[in-house]
Amino acid sequence: MDTPVIKKKLGLKERYTAMTRGLAWDTTYQPMDKVFPYDKYEGIKIHDWDKWEDPFRLTMDAYWKYQGEKEKKLYAVIEAFAQNNGQLGVTDARYINALKLFIQGVTPLEYGAHRGFAHVGRHFTGAGARVAAQMQSIDELRHFQTETHAISHYNKYFNGMHNATQWYDRVWFLSVPKSFFEDAMTAGPFEFLTAVSFSFEYVLTNLLFVPFMSGAAHNGDLSTVTFGFSAQSDESRHMTLGIECIKFMLEQDPGNVPIVQKWIDKWFWRGYRLLTLVGMMQDYMLPKRVMSWKEAWEMYAEENGGALFRDLARYGIREPAGWKEACEGKDHISHQAWNTFYNYAAAAPFHTWVPEDEELKWLSEKYPTSFDQLYRPRLEHFRREQQAGKRFYNTTLPMLCTTCQIPMVFTEPGDPTKICYRESTYLGDRYHFCSDGCKHVFDDEPEKYVQSWLPVHQIYQGHCFKEGTDPTAEGFEPLAAVLDWYGINVGRDNFDFEGSEDQKNFAAWRGDSPSNAAKEGGAT
Amino acid sequence: MTAQNSTQPRSKVFIAFQDNEESRPVIEAVLADNAEATAAYTPGLVKIDCPERLVIRRERIEENTGQPYNLQQLQINLVTLSGHVDEDDDEFSLSWGR
Repeated sequence: MDTPVIKKKLGLKERYTAMTRGLAWDTTYQPMDKVFPYDKYEGIKIHDWDKWEDPFRLTMDAYWKYQGEKEKKLYAVIEAFAQNNGQLGVTDARYINALKLFIQGVTPLEYGAHRGFAHVGRHFTGAGARVAAQMQSIDELRHFQTETHAISHYNKYFNGMHNATQWYDRVWFLSVPKSFFEDAMTAGPFEFLTAVSFSFEYVLTNLLFVPFMSGAAHNGDLSTVTFGFSAQSDESRHMTLGIECIKFMLEQDPGNVPIVQKWIDKWFWRGYRLLTLVGMMQDYMLPKRVMSWKEAWEMYAEENGGALFRDLARYGIREPAGWKEACEGKDHISHQAWNTFYNYAAAAPFHTWVPEDEELKWLSEKYPTSFDQLYRPRLEHFRREQQAGKRFYNTTLPMLCTTCQIPMVFTEPGDPTKICYRESTYLGDRYHFCSDGCKHVFDDEPEKYVQSWLPVHQIYQGHCFKEGTDPTAEGFEPLAAVLDWYGINVGRDNFDFEGSEDQKNFAAWRGDSPSNAAKEGGAT
Repeated sequence: MTAQNSTQPRSKVFIAFQDNEESRPVIEAVLADNAEATAAYTPGLVKIDCPERLVIRRERIEENTGQPYNLQQLQINLVTLSGHVDEDDDEFSLSWGR
């Protein structure tokens, strides 16, 4: 007779079930609805929370083990990078400006995501969803920390990285990412998941963390590519969670379908607008380029997002409203954004420039139907002016879109020569928008968006000066007063890259380095 | 497949890994077990695309390395993926239309 084999270890699926079920219980001293006040009021109906399953089946013990390994690998690279003066190995000091944008505008979003997931992780009634959200909250905090640690090395050598948290709260263009996350965090828990796990992480973060990070590797920045890929490996779980969350809502009740569709429409558009910044980083701020924003959009949004929406069609979900306009925008938004920052380089804590001839040629090749016709002439004009000692800095304040908070610089669908303007009236006041997408978001919840903290309006109302400033005093310079309130070091953090301290220092350090001096035939 | 379906683009799934020594046996396993899979290399990164479904088999990775492999180790060098995930001790698969 054969001895029966006793299976000592549980399989992955059984282990996951054993370690994640039974973590929730019904309260007795207080009614459940009082303890969990948020997961019903959005109208989403959940009949069986046990149907929620984390597709990665990651249990806490495995989570700590693998995350620990990732951290060790990452910090080994960061440390080696710092010890070997890795900052001297990047292609060009212009590249560092992409990292300034990262620490100013992206890293604080990681912290926002951490807070948001901690909140929903407390407030879902279902244990599976709570565990998944809590793991993600820890991931996001990890991203905030690793990005800060990796970039802090550059902060020792370059300007524009020393004041990121205050800038996030005050500087005009940082209200764009900030308002996105604050909109999500002040929504209900299911809308938050749709906004962040689904629209932002699934449909859009690949564009930030994959081609841009590959570009960081290409430009010699090993530290950034490593934190980027380490963060994105967590995003793989988050994206999977995002799809799971959407499918869970759609499968639980047909009444959830129109609510989810509305959120997909809203958050796809808001996320698309937010990523304008990344388009510009990819096309203009990587001295050595891997792929254009347009190519990345085709790969990750059109192909990958397209596959996803074909999959969701069986639930009655269609591709997001604004999808076609977004796809048309792939030829334009990076150029329109760079133009804006070139204009406002006096008021932003990073440097801008006109790309070199080789780079203009690359842009012409990558954007054969738009760059030479629409954007090259403007850049060449700016260059001529700059070389003649008349570098153009715009000192007027632009109209902002009330929803996305980006200056109204985007063009009409079908006509890239005409700026797009939309407006709505609410309680007798007029509000302005950059697109139909942003107008629709406002029109659906005007009572929320009338509260938008719009930097230009706030400056005009006198809220962006240090206490005690007298705007009526003779010789008062509003821009200088606003920059002072921002905490920008004028002349170091801002203006053109040409002539900047970053440019001069980097050239001097590279010249001093024997290996580089030999390569460039420079000083001994 | 109906005529209508054949005009629809075939949805691809993908998975991308850091381009390093730990990923190499995994990438070889994916390419061996998925006839339609293609790998593209960009700096630091390997992205593998496959129409409809892609499977990673533990056994194949173990054959490549001669060492035991836990599929959850994929997490360490994973960069990104797309599709519905199904994972057990022996297989990790990505597909559309679960």
